[in-house]
Amino acid sequence: MLPIGHYLFLSAALFIIGVIGVITRRNVIVILMSIELILNAVNINLVAFSRLYGDVAGQVVALFIIADAAAEAAVGLGIIIAFFRNRETVLADEMDLLKW
Amino acid sequence: MLDKVLFYIFAGLAITSAALMVTRRNAVHSAIFLVTALLATAGIFLQLRAEFLFIVQIILYVGGIMVLFIFVIMLVNLDVALQQIQFARQKWVALIVALALSAQFGLMLWSSEKIPGQGIPVLAAPPASELPPNSEAVARSLFGTYLLAFEIASVLLLVAMIGAVVMAKKEK
Amino acid sequence: MQAVIQATMDFLKLYWAPLLCGLVIVAVLPLIVGYIVLVERKLMADMQARLGPMRVGPHGLLQPIADAVKLLIKEDIIPDNADKLVFWLAPVLSVGAALLSIAGLAIGPAFQIAKDINIGILFVVGVSAMGIFGIVLGGWASNSHYSLMGSLRSSAQLVSYETAAGMALVSGLLLTGTLNVRAIVEAQSINKEGIWFVMLAPVAFFIYLVASIAETNRAPFDLPEAESELVAGYMTEFSGFRWSLYFLAEYTNMIVVSSVATTLFLGGWLRPFAGVHFFNFLDYVPPLLMIGVAGYCLLRTPKQPSRVQQLFMLAVAGLCLAVALVLLAPVALPIAKPFYAGIHGGFWFILKVSAYIYFFMWLRFTIPRYRFDQLMRLGWQFLIPLSIVNVLVVGVALIVGSYFNLHGWSMLLVTTPAAIIALVVALMILAAGQQSSAGKENAPASDFYAG
Repeated sequence: MLPIGHYLFLSAALFIIGVIGVITRRNVIVILMSIELILNAVNINLVAFSRLYGDVAGQVVALFIIADAAAEAAVGLGIIIAFFRNRETVLADEMDLLKW
Repeated sequence: MLDKVLFYIFAGLAITSAALMVTRRNAVHSAIFLVTALLATAGIFLQLRAEFLFIVQIILYVGGIMVLFIFVIMLVNLDVALQQIQFARQKWVALIVALALSAQFGLMLWSSEKIPGQGIPVLAAPPASELPPNSEAVARSLFGTYLLAFEIASVLLLVAMIGAVVMAKKEK
Repeated sequence: MQAVIQATMDFLKLYWAPLLCGLVIVAVLPLIVGYIVLVERKLMADMQARLGPMRVGPHGLLQPIADAVKLLIKEDIIPDNADKLVFWLAPVLSVGAALLSIAGLAIGPAFQIAKDINIGILFVVGVSAMGIFGIVLGGWASNSHYSLMGSLRSSAQLVSYETAAGMALVSGLLLTGTLNVRAIVEAQSINKEGIWFVMLAPVAFFIYLVASIAETNRAPFDLPEAESELVAGYMTEFSGFRWSLYFLAEYTNMIVVSSVATTLFLGGWLRPFAGVHFFNFLDYVPPLLMIGVAGYCLLRTPKQPSRVQQLFMLAVAGLCLAVALVLLAPVALPIAKPFYAGIHGGFWFILKVSAYIYFFMWLRFTIPRYRFDQLMRLGWQFLIPLSIVNVLVVGVALIVGSYFNLHGWSMLLVTTPAAIIALVVALMILAAGQQSSAGKENAPASDFYAG
């Protein structure tokens, strides 16, 4: 195993790229995909520390995060499909039904 | 040595794919680059000797979630979307905020050695040959200590499944 | 620079065997797949009372080579407005996933490419599930409605039956307690249980059989690629070499799926009643079988029309005799005893995989195609509930079995009632399905997929 700093740097880099994707893109599906990237960065962090301490709990929590990401992607994409049927758009700027 | 080479290959692949993913105009290209980023993450898991998580990442994330994403992208793919503006109006403010966040991360990583009592621990990881078989260890932990969380996760998945089916149903 | 060269040499010294195996498989597998296709065409011809390919080479045996040459020299047509990068990538993904999953299989106790993977069977299943991407992206990149709908249908089918196949594998894995491929086969040998898991979990084997036919897009579940339906579905716009990559991926998937079923349910490389002293005469079956085939070739030699074909038959007979001698050696000569597990193991494994693939082909020529909504209904409303119930009953049977300390053949005492309960549940689901479909006979097919 490499020094833990390497893994933390990788995780931080993926996290920041994911954050840039979430707050910069207009396409809602790309925003959802960037959220998945953020979750993966967290997973890398957890698994790296689990290997460092020899405790398997980090991997179990990462497993739960993957299950949770699946659930969230399914529901989020369902919402996008429902919205698309109504408004014919997937751009975040144009989803302003609740605005005054 | 092999460990190092593998880590750098997978890490480079992950960061490159992620950077390409958030900058593509075509959503399907973004999805393909996210698949590559997820595969690189799975490679990092394998390099960290987390074999069960490696294969779970491939089966669930790449083989399940990304297929779902690509389905939905194909359903909502509008040709006119390719000519529209790609980045939101707040992109410069967003980049400054992201820069601030990365400065915070960098400070934390850099200062861990300078300030005593803070930052990254300098433990030595147990050598790979002393690790217990990974699937058995994860299974023992999952069905022992974390049994309640396991059951709650299954209820969560059930709720998400029902929710997704209801959301995507057509109004008759 | 010196350190890099040193590191490369160390790597090669450690891993030269798997690399060589991988290269050999990637080079040889297309040829093997070509001959499996020839066997299929000959079988199809036989079941349809005709002869099949006979012109190219003696008895059509050079047909795969002619086909390969034709596919390679065909013009590479890319549709207008197709996404060139994704169009190139899609068949590569399919074939890559299929070939990679072969690395996790074990043909004999010492014939593994990647030795002792902790997650053995799961690796094979998971990596071959990545082939779905090749189908989905291929349909999308073709920029054509038929291709897109074919690919969406095909991937929906694959994803649905993957769950049922996985749960069926779980019921089989409950009996072993490990995912390691070699350990699974050894659990079926005399050291642990001594009984093939197909007898302990027959319902799981049946579910996996049906699900694996759907997983590889074979008839009767081949609606997405049937010629009368969607003009070859997602493969429509791919011509020449690209199409042959998809084809290679499909038959490689067939081999992988058969190998997984053989490993988990049919005892892998073990001969029937492995290790039981009474049945040691079964060790002579492989060489006798090959001698029988050689004898048959020799008998048919005088009846061949031309000299070339007679010589060819003699050559085939000679080859079979050579194989029979190789198979006889570990059993008859004490010197060659250590090679018994490898040689005979390889033979039994290939025999079982061939039987499974023969069953696939037999089904293809016998049963008509399922309509897409019938297919999805079978997967979601029959196979998945049945596989979940099967996991439950096999689990309960194992707990009862371990309470009474049953092992090996006496496990049949608990698993047979479990299988009967699962069968009863299956019949109940089928009956309930019949009732509700009799009630709404004129329900339209699911309108999304009908396009």
